[in-house]
Formats: sequence, C-alpha cells, structure tokens
Amino acid sequence: MGKTFSIARRELAGYFYSPLAYVIGALFLCVCAFKFAPPPGFISGSREWFILVPHQQASLRTLFEMMGAAMVVAAPLLTMRLLSEEFHVGTIETLMTAPVTDAQVVLGKFLGVLGFYLALLGSTLMFLVLMFIFARPDIGVVVMGYLGMILLGAAFLAVGLFASSLTRHQLLAAAAAIVILAFFSLLMSPAAAHLGEPWNQAAARLNAMNYLKSFARGLFDSRAVVFFLALTGGFLFLSIKMVESRRWR
Amino acid sequence: MIDVKHLTKWYSQVLAVDNISFRVEKGRIVGFLGPNGAGKSTTLKIITCFLPASSGTVTLNGLDVLSESLAVRRQIGYMPENVPLYEEMRVREYLTFRAALRDIPAKRRPAAIDRVCERCWLSSPEDMTRRRLGELSRGYKQRVGLAEVLLHNPPVLVLDEPTIGLDPAQIRAMRELIRELSGDHTVIFSSHILAEVEQTCDDIIIIAGGRLAAAGTPAELRQRVAGPSRIVAELKGAAPEDIAKGVEGLAGISAVESSQHNHWTRLDIQAGDDDPRKDIFQLAKTQNWDLRELRRATGSLEDFFVQITYEQSMRTDRAAG
Ligand SMILES: Nc1ncnc2c1ncn2[C@@H]1O[C@H](COP(=O)(O)OP(=O)(O)OP(=O)(O)O)[C@@H](O)[C@H]1O
Ligand SMILES: [Mg+2]
Repeated sequence: MGKTFSIARRELAGYFYSPLAYVIGALFLCVCAFKFAPPPGFISGSREWFILVPHQQASLRTLFEMMGAAMVVAAPLLTMRLLSEEFHVGTIETLMTAPVTDAQVVLGKFLGVLGFYLALLGSTLMFLVLMFIFARPDIGVVVMGYLGMILLGAAFLAVGLFASSLTRHQLLAAAAAIVILAFFSLLMSPAAAHLGEPWNQAAARLNAMNYLKSFARGLFDSRAVVFFLALTGGFLFLSIKMVESRRWR
Repeated sequence: MIDVKHLTKWYSQVLAVDNISFRVEKGRIVGFLGPNGAGKSTTLKIITCFLPASSGTVTLNGLDVLSESLAVRRQIGYMPENVPLYEEMRVREYLTFRAALRDIPAKRRPAAIDRVCERCWLSSPEDMTRRRLGELSRGYKQRVGLAEVLLHNPPVLVLDEPTIGLDPAQIRAMRELIRELSGDHTVIFSSHILAEVEQTCDDIIIIAGGRLAAAGTPAELRQRVAGPSRIVAELKGAAPEDIAKGVEGLAGISAVESSQHNHWTRLDIQAGDDDPRKDIFQLAKTQNWDLRELRRATGSLEDFFVQITYEQSMRTDRAAG
C-alpha cells in the first residue's frame, strides 16, 4: 500500500509541475464558467443554455452536464502521460525493475491523477459560492451532482490510463481515450434514438451522460454507481493486464 | 549466484541473444564486453526482470527471474543504459521516491540518501541535491543513477555502461568505487572498452553477435589469446643467418624470423607448448654469443577483441547480404 501512495504522490506532484496540466485545468474551468455565467452582451437567443442569467431560474443541473461533457476531452489529456511518458523516456525500466507489482504501479498512477482531478473539481466550488450568493440552490442537487462527477471522473480517468498503457506516444494515447469515451457518451445518444428495439435500450444503458443526468437531478441512482464503478474497475484491470503483458512479450 | 542457461532472446524477428550460458559467482566483478548491438543490454534487461527471455532460464540465488520476479528484484540494483530519470523531480526528491519503492523505512531514508549522495559525489564538492534532474549534465545524471542503485545496498549490482559520458577523473573514481564494492557485492557491468574491463574486473565475458565469444579471468583470456608461446630474443656474436639457424635447430621451435638492430640480431620465435627460453640461453652460452633480451611476448587482449568485433561485423554483413 505504501508504494502505491508513493507512486501516487510522485504523479500528483508531477501534475503541479506540468504546464499542460494547468492549461487543461484552466480550459476546463473556462468552459464551465462560460456555461455558468456568460460574459455580458453574449446572451442572445438561447438564454436557457446559460445558468446565471438575470430574471431566469438558475439550476446547477446543466453545469454538471457541461462538466461531464468537458471530461470527454479533459480526462484523456490529463491521463495521456501516465504510462506513455514512462515508456518514451525509458523510466519504465527503473520503475519495473524495482520491487513493485504491476497493480501497485497502475493503482498509484490512477490515484495520482484522481488526486489532481479532485483538486480541479474542488476549484469548481467557486461556482457554488456564487450560486449561494445569488440564489438558493438545492443542496441535494449539489451533493449528488458532485458525487456523480467524482464517479464519472474516476471512470473516465481509468479509461485514459488504459489508453496510456497501450502506446509510448502521448497523443495517440489521448486520441484512443477520446474515442473510447466518445463511444460511452456522445455516440450513445444518437444510437439510442435511431436504433431498433433491443439495441436502443442497450445504447441508453451504456451512455455515461444518462447516468450523470440522474445524479444532476439530485437522485441517487444505484445503477449509475454500479455502471461507473464497473467502468473504473474494468479499465484498471485491463491496464494492469497491459502492463503485465510487457513481462511476457 | 547468477546462473544464465541457454538464454535466447528474439525481438520479433531480430535475434538479439543466441543461446548464452554463463555463471557469476558471489562477490565477483564481472565485465560484460562486446561491440555495439552484441546483446549486452538485452541480457542485462533479462537478468533484471525487465524483459522476458524467449527461451532459457536465468536464476539468482536459485530464484527464477520470471516466476520469483519480486524476490529477485529486491536483491538487484539496476542502472539502465542512458540512465532514464524523471526530468521534473529534484535529486533528493527522486532518491526519496526510489527509497520508498526500495522498502527503506521512512525514518531511515534521509540517512541512506545522505550516504549515497556523499559516495557518488553529489553532495560535495558541490551540493547538487536540490537541482532538478532535467537540468543536470550527463555525468551528474549518471551519478544520480548510481546513487539510486546503491540506496538499498543490494547484493547484486547491474550497471549498463556506467562510465560512458563521464570525465576522466570520474571514470577513475567510478572504477575505484566499483572495486570497493567487490567482496560483499556482486557487480555486473557492461562496457565497450577493453582496458577498463581488464583493469576493473575479476571475470570478463565477451559476447558478439548475441553469442558468447569468450569468458574467463583477464589472465586466462590473455593466455588463451597468446596461444602457443611467442618468444623474442636479441643476440650478437655471429652472422645473423647462423644465429637464426642455430636457434631454429633447437627442439620445439616451429619458426624463426630475424631482423637487424644495429649489430644485434632480433629473433621472433614461434614455439610449441614447451617454453624454449632455457634452451636458447644454453645455446648462447655454449656458442659464446651475447644475449641482451629473452622474453615471452604476451598476446594482447585488444587484438583478440578487435578480431571478435571484426568477425561479428563479417557475420552480420553476410546475414544482410
Ligand atoms: N526493443 C528492441 N526491438 C527490436 N530490436 C532490438 C530492441 N532492442 C535491441 N534490439 C536489437 O537487439 C540487438 C542487441 O541489442 P542490445 O541493445 O542488447 O546491444 P548492446 O550490446 O547493448 O549494444 P550497445 O553497445 O550499442 O549498447 C541489436 O541488434 C538491436 O538492434
Ligand atoms: Mg547496450
């Protein structure tokens, strides 16, 4: 356990040294801020799309949906370096010849990026502070929304980590992760709409955004919890197997 | 201690190591010598559990590198070729991280780090422990790599080209350090430089083109290289032809070449297994010749190594052609 945390701490510290991580974090916050409170003069036709608009009922629901959609791109960019960089620089050689198990390496890396993600998520609490100043948001929505974001984040980061275990090229890893995540989110809503009977059901079940929506309404959906945890566990398991397979090839 | 048996490694279509077997005894310093692409790094990566072998086995103290990988890794300190490091970390931070991975309890880490920093010239004469790894010069990176290897004081050290990129003073210091480690540590290091291996090592393993070309102590190898003895003698007191003929007539002499060095006749003598120096001396005494030099010429390992390297390039040329 100690070694897992050592790896996680090193990884987390690495994010705070990395300019790219700050850029991704800043972009993520900007996208959310834009949704949250548009710059004055920007509101034209669809004012309902924005959250904090004068003379309109403010709802946090759509903010969480926005964050979820932003994570389809943000998570792969955050995780792409986790293993790819080790392969590229060659540090994997010192890491894997130390007495650590493959599971410790993968879990450590996962916890490291999860830590950075939680810090990023924590900084979106400033939207809440504004919300509490100007309106009276539903506490249930806030708590469930953040729970949903934590679960979705963990699952998406696990997918990104798996993609990073596939290649030594960071951009390829990011692209692969975006493709997998798009499958579980963006692709599934048109699929649910257009496919025939049993398939549209399945497509709806595989859509991560659907599950996030129920959290964003303030509901605790145990099926959603199972879905996200299964996604997280499944991709962590696959990552461990990928790292392990290097010992046999 | 380390047993390598019929080790073979294919990188998909490339045969990097071809049926190599050797044994390394405890406490020895072993030099792994070979030209570029000989398969040194590959062999070391297999011994350190980084790569799996295609066939053959490697055991350390009876522990198999594949099935008991964790136990083997605990006993090995490995410095890869080119010393890959996390660029953004500081020296001390990095060593602390590695100490954690090496099962050194948190309380003992600072002391262990101070010890290796001192030993690897990182804390004095100039304190480098707060520098970022990405900003260090090549030689200093090498020292950090070495410090990392020594952190947990492992019984087996595997160093892939530890002296490459160091300045002459550091090369000497590194060799001394490796020598100091012998006894309670087993050290395997690879190199292209014969002189270095010859000076530092107890045993030499020469590989070329993935095959074992020769193995033994430097003295054994030198003897093997010299082959049947070659003797150099310088004599005076008769016509050069007579001297040459006289020596040629002795028992066990297969060929004599003579040359003139102002009045002295220099003979280059090929002899069999028996050493004919005593006979040559007796001959000079009875003939009343002057004798000013009589010695065995030892063949140079350098020649041998160059020849092996040459043969490997011939082989690869043929394979390519
Ligand atoms: N990852 C790899 N994939 C494919 N071939 C490889 C790989 N690594 C090494 N090789 C090949 O295996 C052979 C042995 O390489 P190795 O790195 O073991 O040589 P070496 O003795 O360490 O050489 P050098 O002195 O240049 O470091 C070479 O022909 C090399 O091209
Ligand atoms: Mg090499």
